[in-house]
Amino acid sequence: MTTSSITSVLIWLPIAGALAIWILPLSRYATGSLAVLVSLVEVGFWIEQAARFDFARSGLQFSERTPWIKDLHVSYHVGEYGFSLWLAGLTVVVMAACIGYGFWVGRDRPRAYFGLMLMLTGATVGVFVAQDLLLFYAFFEAMLIPLYVLVGVWGGANRIGATLKLLLYTMAGSLVMLAAIIVYGLKVGTFDLVDSPPSASRWLFLGFMLAFAIKAPLFPFHGWLPDAYREAPPEVTAVLSGVVAKAATYGMLRIALTKFPEPSSYYRTVVLALGAAALVYGSVLAFRAIDFRGVVAYSSMAQSGLITIGLFSGTNLGFDGAVLQMVAHGLISASLFLIAGTVERRTTTGDFARLGGMAKGRPALATLLMTVGIISLAVPGSAAFAGEFLILAGAYQRAWWWAAIGAAGIVLAAMYVLRLISAALHEARGPVVHDEALDLRPGELALVVPLVAALLVLSAWPAGISHHSFAGDAPVNAVYEQFR
Amino acid sequence: MIHTPHVDWFAISTVLVLLGGSFIALLSAVLVPGAWRRTVSVSVAAAAATGGIVTSVWLYVDSANGGRVIADSFYRDRWTALTQVILCATTLATVLVGAERVRQHESEFFALLLASAAGMTFFVGSANLMVMFLSLEWFSIALYVLCAIDYDLEGSLEAGLKYLVVGSFGSAALLFGSALVYGATNRIGFAEIAQSVATHGLSGDLLLVLGLAMILAGLAFKSSSAPFHMWTPDVYQGAPTTVTAFMSSATKVAAFALTFRVIRTAFPQEAHLWTWALAGIAVASLVIGNLAALVQTDVKRLLAYSSISHAGFILIGVSAGTALGGRALMYYLVPYSAMAFGSFAIVAARERELGTAVTLENLAGFGWERPFLGVAMWFFMFGFAGLPLGGGFVGKFYVLSAAYDHGWTWLVIVGVLATLVSLYYYLGVVRAIYMRGPELAVAAGGSPPRETLLHVAVGSALVVSVGSLIAVGPLITLARHAASALPF
Repeated sequence: MTTSSITSVLIWLPIAGALAIWILPLSRYATGSLAVLVSLVEVGFWIEQAARFDFARSGLQFSERTPWIKDLHVSYHVGEYGFSLWLAGLTVVVMAACIGYGFWVGRDRPRAYFGLMLMLTGATVGVFVAQDLLLFYAFFEAMLIPLYVLVGVWGGANRIGATLKLLLYTMAGSLVMLAAIIVYGLKVGTFDLVDSPPSASRWLFLGFMLAFAIKAPLFPFHGWLPDAYREAPPEVTAVLSGVVAKAATYGMLRIALTKFPEPSSYYRTVVLALGAAALVYGSVLAFRAIDFRGVVAYSSMAQSGLITIGLFSGTNLGFDGAVLQMVAHGLISASLFLIAGTVERRTTTGDFARLGGMAKGRPALATLLMTVGIISLAVPGSAAFAGEFLILAGAYQRAWWWAAIGAAGIVLAAMYVLRLISAALHEARGPVVHDEALDLRPGELALVVPLVAALLVLSAWPAGISHHSFAGDAPVNAVYEQFR
Repeated sequence: MIHTPHVDWFAISTVLVLLGGSFIALLSAVLVPGAWRRTVSVSVAAAAATGGIVTSVWLYVDSANGGRVIADSFYRDRWTALTQVILCATTLATVLVGAERVRQHESEFFALLLASAAGMTFFVGSANLMVMFLSLEWFSIALYVLCAIDYDLEGSLEAGLKYLVVGSFGSAALLFGSALVYGATNRIGFAEIAQSVATHGLSGDLLLVLGLAMILAGLAFKSSSAPFHMWTPDVYQGAPTTVTAFMSSATKVAAFALTFRVIRTAFPQEAHLWTWALAGIAVASLVIGNLAALVQTDVKRLLAYSSISHAGFILIGVSAGTALGGRALMYYLVPYSAMAFGSFAIVAARERELGTAVTLENLAGFGWERPFLGVAMWFFMFGFAGLPLGGGFVGKFYVLSAAYDHGWTWLVIVGVLATLVSLYYYLGVVRAIYMRGPELAVAAGGSPPRETLLHVAVGSALVVSVGSLIAVGPLITLARHAASALPF
């Protein structure tokens, strides 16, 4: 095995694991263990790759290329840049925690469930490492296939409507993207993301951006979000908001900005306005949400808006901050949704009206939720603070009012996070909070603590990501020149 | 003494093998005792279909520089051979599914199946209007009888009769169109028609254009493209499901392969007309097929409308009329026929289990009761919808690329919108088999029949549909070689 094929291993190992789980008639326990094992081996491969990654070198690393559809110049081309590496890492870590969560709560129909979770892992990693437009599209769509079934089978009471909305919304966007891909690829003569030259077509840019804006989601395209995030099982919601939504912002960076420099600067104000709207509106909705998951769901929308602002500020600081924030927020929202799951398991609900007072007698739960909450409201010194600060500084370089709106968003974040913490942990004890509802068990701690630990490491050393995403000192040059 | 042309027997070996199998199967109805009849006729049919695959693969290898044989009436080239491979494979799969399913008239069933497959393999190689019409009738008549073969079943006889009446109308259109074209050009050979149009400057001649329109309409009846699709839902629903599976895959393959040959070989000068006409038919099929499928509850009807919408997708590639369009068509047919066949075979399995028509309601729980068939259906439905779970994804990409390459961005957008609409009903099937609560599940009563052969057939369809996603390169190479047999 050469080192380049590690990227392919990261994609296909979980998918092979999924096939093995579907084919082998293993017991419930063995199935879950195998899935967890595969996801941990996946993390191991990623660590191996990160250790070998040369952050000083520009250009694609660990790349592999084989022709796929020769006469249309489509190839199986995978490889990683610095920022792809971090997002792939986010994926494998979050997926491992979520698969572990599924094992811990004992999802029924385990073979179907764990197979789908592994398939989702492979597809999501594929999105972050694909260097061919059609391959990117294939993985982008392939994420939806397991998600549809995961939400539809293991979700809450209104799951059918939620899955339908999720699929129709996101497919509407991505099919427009397919049309854009076909037109772009045939026009420039290759579908390869590294080789293809930039284009000045505004229509194509809009085609790509629509798909990403729905998936992220940005302001007017978020109709699918509340239902999907509420009805999905908590660990699937964690994946949806922590990882899958990042595929959209990643797409903006890797495709919309790099391949369409002229249109992206032409539509800069529009996109920034949509991002700002998502940030402010999402934060307000999060503040008004009546349940645990509602707050985290809308805050994810707000964070997607903030990341979009960072990316479309088109500045060095903005790019660095956006990548850092993608990873930080991925970890934050995954941990928050998993914690929401543990709360719901104990109380049957995430409804604030019936929660409260959970901190008493449950120190582990309280400490974890407090820690993640404090990080997510961007207290100085936290990873989210570093990310948001960089984004705001980048936005400020573009124009001061974008930074002002962003800062307002951060104030709102403090409001909704503190409200979440106090509604769940403090205040009077809610009617569904019984003494029998114990503190977090060691199994649950083993899933959430590593995510929080990763966040603390990032808080201590945000430059680990923000200085290691783009080769050289100027991400802007990297984005607009190196990736061509 | 009558002058007889030289006959290249090898060129029609696939047809002969299938036809020979058909005769033996038919004889077994008389000569073989009842207890052995099923075994014998199934074995003969499977052997003939396998033989057909072997001869057509051999023909493919051996016909690199194809041409016309037997008094210039039959094309021995790779386009013919590749289509024959697909047809024979579909026939073999039908035999496997039928083996456990056909309860009476076994010999007749398999004899008719082979006869119709023989007709189709002859049809796709036809080089003049006469052979085209004769072989079309040949396989159609066998299909009419097959549809009605369960005449004690409600619907089967009706399906046969409807197909007969509407199908005859289509055949009549084709025949009349052929007569008009002959009247205009004084030729029946496809290549000679094009030549005559060129030398006599007949392009745009009223008789010729009318004839072309009627020929296209006649072929569209067979491929069930809108607005010539009216028979499809009723016939697909009423016919025995095994026959439906065969019709939805094989008939379409034959009809589209020949349509493409006819427009390229006989009417290249009228390209500006047929390209628009076929694009119009494609759009109509996409609109009608998809919108009507949205409201279906009977799964066979739903799949029938889905097959109409796929006719639309295939026609997007055909209407481009370019070499890329030809490749797109050939490629699309492979995963499409596998998925169409497989999904109807699964419906057949459920039908047998329940003893009643399969609806979205009584599919509930199917995926959990029969995991393999459920997963296969999941693959087929997502594959139909163009998600990257099978070759349907690349097929759609290919036909849309052909449309764009032809300069028709609008058709790309229509195709994309149609895909979006189609998601709703394909997901509906997945929803029905996996996501309905147990309160809706239908008590199937006892363990389901084993149906090993049906599983083999569905498994092969699954392998083809997923394999065509991975092995795009080799398949495209085959399709390119096939398409290079046609004049561009």
